[in-house]
Amino acid sequence: MKVDRTKLTWWERLYIPSILNGFKVTMRHFFSWKRSKVYGDKQKSYRAKTTMQYPEEKWDVPTGYRGAPYLLKDVDNNTKCVSCQLCEFVCPPRAIRITPPGGGGVVEREGAEKMPDEFEIDMLRCIYCGYCQEVCPEEAIYLLKDYAITGESREELIYDKEKLLELGGADKRAYDHHAQDGVAEGVKKWETKMREASEQPKFH
Amino acid sequence: MLAVTTDPSQDWLLTLFKVVCVFAVVMPMVAYSVVAERRISAWIQDRIGPNRVGIPFTNIKLLGLGQPLADGLKALVKEDFTPAHVMKVFYWMAPAIAMVPSFVVLAVVPFGSRLGEQKMVIADLDVGILFTFGVVSLGVYGIVLDGYASNSKYPFLGGIRSGAQMISYEIAMGLAVVPVFMLVGKLNLGAVIEYQADGAWLLFKQPLAFAIFLIAIFAETNRLPFDLAESETELVAGYNTEYSSMRFALFFMGEYAAMIAGSALMVVLFCGGWTLPLGDYFNMPAESLGQGLVHIAVFLAKIAVFLGLMIWVRWMLPRFRYDQLMNIGWKRFLPLSLANIILTAIVLWVLNS
Repeated sequence: MKVDRTKLTWWERLYIPSILNGFKVTMRHFFSWKRSKVYGDKQKSYRAKTTMQYPEEKWDVPTGYRGAPYLLKDVDNNTKCVSCQLCEFVCPPRAIRITPPGGGGVVEREGAEKMPDEFEIDMLRCIYCGYCQEVCPEEAIYLLKDYAITGESREELIYDKEKLLELGGADKRAYDHHAQDGVAEGVKKWETKMREASEQPKFH
Repeated sequence: MLAVTTDPSQDWLLTLFKVVCVFAVVMPMVAYSVVAERRISAWIQDRIGPNRVGIPFTNIKLLGLGQPLADGLKALVKEDFTPAHVMKVFYWMAPAIAMVPSFVVLAVVPFGSRLGEQKMVIADLDVGILFTFGVVSLGVYGIVLDGYASNSKYPFLGGIRSGAQMISYEIAMGLAVVPVFMLVGKLNLGAVIEYQADGAWLLFKQPLAFAIFLIAIFAETNRLPFDLAESETELVAGYNTEYSSMRFALFFMGEYAAMIAGSALMVVLFCGGWTLPLGDYFNMPAESLGQGLVHIAVFLAKIAVFLGLMIWVRWMLPRFRYDQLMNIGWKRFLPLSLANIILTAIVLWVLNS
């Protein structure tokens, strides 16, 4: 194969034009001081640094991102989980362990017959597949956007019920979480659930 | 400590003190030129660079100026792995040999005028520049020995390249400096600075010699665009490939110490050393302690400028191909520096006759 080489002029062969050009380019980038958010508008500007200051700034993960599974509370701050154990059974790596209340147990809200005594997710085993979220009839477990799960021991990374509920927060947050990007399916499903729940006969 | 001593039997003490002082200045300079390299490269590449490490055990970040501590600690506590296939003695010697010459060069460099009665140079040699070239060319042994001892293909190729490159550019560099000494008339580096006092910098009288010397220093210190010995895109890490931990750090520090030594030589030979064209205060040997310290500061500032240039160029220019490197060295710089010698000789002959 014949490669055509451009014939360089005498001036170009001194390397000086290339050096000056290189200097121009590096200068322009060197003095690009503007701080920028990760992704978004900063990609459009060459006057912005691309570094994300990680622990302080974090990725704004897209809607539908499968982060860590947490338990949600409803608008009245009650546990939504009804201890049906479907997620426990469907979980491929068996990361979830639910201790059902047996005969007793506290029931926090109307429309539920029982609540789990203990609900543990081993974050080291979890593979973030989202089956638990898919299978949950009460939409009590949700894969939120947390993606950096860290800890200093294995025990620390087995999250218990209190921790999962705290991290999951109220369902309002889940609602917002999915509604903010205009994706409505999860929301509609949730609304339907609430209507169905309110139409259920009350046991008292 | 800086008291006047005229007793010659005490001279070795003062010399020792000067050696310690030079070390105490150069080692932090090495450390911080590494940080500068990382920060400047980051800024040029639209990144931010190391900005976290500050004072240990506090939350004070200081713009990442504590980074050398962290780097040093990391280098020290990492596993020092010696591969089974290396020639152990040479493998252990190589990093030291790579590092020592850069420091030895600094022995003859006048880094200031005087403090008290003491000339601010460790060894005021009358053959200063010859000594310098002799020692600088020893720097290649470290890398060649490393390439040989590592007993593996990438360091081997890196060592060969480095050897060839150093020899080629040593000649151009030596010849480029000859006109300087034709003008000055002495080989002593202090005399070169005296000649350049009051702004008569040889940079302006000998621009061609300066350009060749500058480029040759880049090649001598294995810096981009001539870092064929390391060239991580072709040779993994070149001569560094088989090294880890503190041995690698020694090579690394050697490179930066060589940059400092090269910058110091450029400052002394072409940019007036510790002098500044701002009147007698900056040009005459110091009479007071403060003036002496100002002269040292001027010298260090000039070195910093050259270090900045070397760092900047690394992120500005791509690496030369091996044949281009050899072409430039032998076919361009060698004839040019010879022509420069002849031209200088003719001019001097015309002016003196």
